[in-house]
Amino acid sequence: MCGIVGLFLKTERHRHELGRLTAMMLHEMRERGPDSAGFAVYDRPVGDATRITVLAEGRQPDWGAIRAELEPVLGAEVAVTPVHDHAVFTTSGDGALARQWMIENVADLAVLSHGSQIELYKSVGDPDLVAERYDLASRTGTHAIAHTRMATESAITTNGSHPFVTGANTCLVHNGSLSNHNRLRRQLERTGESFQTENDSEVAAGYVAWRLAEGDTIDEALRRALVDLDGFYTFAIGIEDGFAILRDPIACKPAVVAETDDWVAMSSEFRAIAQLPGVDDAEVWEPKPAQIYSWSLAA
Amino acid sequence: MTDVTTFDLADRTVRELNQALHDATSGAFRVTSPRGAHAVAAGIDAAIDVEIDGSVGYYCAGMHQQGTVRIDGNASTGLAENMMSGTVRITGSATMSAGATGHGGLLVVEGNAGARCGISMKGLDIVVGGDVGHMSAFMAQAGNLVVLGDAADDLGDSIYEAELYVRGSVASLGTDCVEKPVEAEHLATLTDLLERSGLDADPADFRRYGSARRLYNFHVDDIAAELAEGGATGIAAELAEGGATGNGAA
Repeated sequence: MCGIVGLFLKTERHRHELGRLTAMMLHEMRERGPDSAGFAVYDRPVGDATRITVLAEGRQPDWGAIRAELEPVLGAEVAVTPVHDHAVFTTSGDGALARQWMIENVADLAVLSHGSQIELYKSVGDPDLVAERYDLASRTGTHAIAHTRMATESAITTNGSHPFVTGANTCLVHNGSLSNHNRLRRQLERTGESFQTENDSEVAAGYVAWRLAEGDTIDEALRRALVDLDGFYTFAIGIEDGFAILRDPIACKPAVVAETDDWVAMSSEFRAIAQLPGVDDAEVWEPKPAQIYSWSLAA
Repeated sequence: MTDVTTFDLADRTVRELNQALHDATSGAFRVTSPRGAHAVAAGIDAAIDVEIDGSVGYYCAGMHQQGTVRIDGNASTGLAENMMSGTVRITGSATMSAGATGHGGLLVVEGNAGARCGISMKGLDIVVGGDVGHMSAFMAQAGNLVVLGDAADDLGDSIYEAELYVRGSVASLGTDCVEKPVEAEHLATLTDLLERSGLDADPADFRRYGSARRLYNFHVDDIAAELAEGGATGIAAELAEGGATGNGAA
């Protein structure tokens, strides 16, 4: 099953309440995914800083010690803000290098996201509790993507929870299952992508990140994804200045989109959208199979 | 003028609403603030009128019999699935599998219907003011599907005996679905359905599609040839060599 929500704010109007609106949407998708939840929030960049969100599941390790080891690797100052068992590292150094170093050198740590705008939190448990623990409701920003998971093919773990990030500021949530993810993972690893789970959806995130790194636009990347990804999927994808949706050609997994002058909202079900401000005047439609939908802040 | 009983789903549950609709034998009901809730007005079996003011979730008016349900908004998966009689009308659009497996009655979608509209329909009449998605009328067995707009890929795949009428373009026909001539009786059916649906269109503008009936029987000759093409050996090769007798050889 699983529930997806995405909210992309085209104008300033609701950016002060991005988190509150996203939490409201996530709440409606609880029944589709009571096992675990996660959310990614995109806010304005702060100077040239990269944020790296990491997870030490259920623990609060000596974040200062990790920071002290990381600084000489990056040759730049690093700040760290703990949020329960997550922490956000901020640095003007190379975010991708920081991610790779932590994956290779810090035991029992997962690097959830890196990039100038994105922060990402995930946990097992009731989606409302996850939203509350990591304070989704008070967050501001331009767009957010969230997921509630009903685990059917693998165990209920935080690492198996969405969203997934492999490239800077690129995040993906998935309802469905891929059938060629093992081969794709091996192919992507040869291009230099690194993965932290056995999850099929992480491979989809890695695929999109790889294509964007190769210079594709998000539309070009998704056009290729239609050829290279085999399986069932409804994806919601966040990039640093944009938001995209893709469904496989059979389109078994549900999706609905609503758009106003101020926002684009996407979810597995309309009830997640039904209480957004201005929804009565929104244009509402079902995304077509194998059709790429994308929005950009730059446009 | 009969009294209208109002149910505001902001304050009351779908279960309370549906129980009231199941208990009623006549009268009119108005439902407000549905906010995408599932199974709104499912299981009605009485000559009652229900008006829903807003968009609904899955399986709205499922298993519907006798009465009328009107939705001022959109609906998600399975609108009026397995309806038996009566009328269900939606002013907006419906997503996947609208009218699935319906045995009877009339479903009117004034907007668009998504993928697999009328899948496995068994006698229901569906009139869609806009377009229908891919694989609409998949394995349809009886009834009429009238589409004023366009039909996406694989219309009528593996269809048995339902009649499909499309005014716009058909992206592609599914397996065993073919275009058929529009005769006087079909024009009469169309005229009647358009009139009852209240949608404005000229019956003469529609093309008709239905089953070529090539999938009704298993032909062992076909499967033998198919297997032989794939380099099959053993029993399949034997069949391909012309040794096929028995059931499929007639």
